[in-house]
Amino acid sequence: MPAGTLYRGREGMWSWVAHRVTGVLIFFFLFVHVLDTALVRVSPEDYDKVVATYKTPIVACLEYGLVAAILFHALNGLRVIAVDFWAKGPRYQKQMLWTVVGVWIVLMLGAIYPVLGHAAREVFGS
Amino acid sequence: MSTTETTAAGIGPVEGAAVYNVDNPAPVIEAPRKRTRKTPKSTRGNFELYGWLFMRLSGVVLVVLVLGHLLIQLVLDGGVSKIGFAFVAGRWASPFWQLWDLAMLWLAMLHGCNGLRTVVNDYAERANTRLWLKALLYTATVFTILLGTLVIFTFDPNIR
Ligand code: HEM
Ligand code: HEM
Repeated sequence: MPAGTLYRGREGMWSWVAHRVTGVLIFFFLFVHVLDTALVRVSPEDYDKVVATYKTPIVACLEYGLVAAILFHALNGLRVIAVDFWAKGPRYQKQMLWTVVGVWIVLMLGAIYPVLGHAAREVFGS
Repeated sequence: MSTTETTAAGIGPVEGAAVYNVDNPAPVIEAPRKRTRKTPKSTRGNFELYGWLFMRLSGVVLVVLVLGHLLIQLVLDGGVSKIGFAFVAGRWASPFWQLWDLAMLWLAMLHGCNGLRTVVNDYAERANTRLWLKALLYTATVFTILLGTLVIFTFDPNIR
């Protein structure tokens, strides 16, 4: 096994794996995102054409996935910072992880309507 | 009192104090890893420490910048449906949002680049693979930062 993939298992390892996977995903998205935004320097029509794909139901689901990745990475990132800088951080790392997961679930439920609402109206009619 | 090095059997040279004298009846034992005149000057520097610190500082700022961006783009005012050339023109008419996007671009790209550098170091075992993957990573990062910066500063709402 390559160095760096071995760890102690349990919550600590899986939150680290998820943090890593989401971080890499967000980086690749950002690369493409800056490219598509650069189309505003080419022509308004081309930009609007590409952004139209962002509004289709399938891409709306991908956006929901992106929101899921960012929210987890952001909340867990704050947990990592707390573990590193707060004297009692390491002792409460597990409780903090479950707090992260709880807040993440609440925010993801709240994001369903704003992010997926327009897609649902298109698919099911309204 | 002599301040030069004195050697006592079994302790080795100790800087700054004579090992035995009337004021100092017990032998002085130098703290482990104490920086002395004999410590090599050229250490490797603190690059990894600053990288570690940057991940945390930029992370805190990115929480506000990126979550604010997502709220504006995906939730407020009709969500993704309102986005188009006219919407972007309206936003970049304000220096505040130009600066917001600029800071987000630079911090997110540098944070992501440094994060991916760690990932490459962890998984690419051959020195050559590491070299090429990192060359690719740095090229993509510099390109993206320059392109995004150029787009923000040269944006022209009357392009047509
Ligand atoms: C699906 C979700 C997203 C949508 C719909 C979206 C939409 C947009 C739009 C319309 C712009 C044009 C300028 C503006 O209105 O501020 C923009 C720019 C930008 N966005 Fe996003 N964004 C999303 C997610 C993200 C994420 C997750 C990040 C960071 C990781 C990000 C980083 C940026 C940056 C850096 C710029 C400036 C680009 C440049 O300099 O050319 N965006 N985004
Ligand atoms: C939203 C706010 C964010 C916070 C609070 C945050 C926080 C952090 C922290 C604290 C680390 C260091 C983890 C460690 O040393 O173990 C990290 C790693 C990382 N972040 Fe972020 N980050 C954020 C946004 C982003 C964005 C927008 C990207 C992509 C462009 C990104 C990509 C990465 C990557 C690739 C790593 C390396 C993961 C690893 O080494 O396992 N992060 N993040």
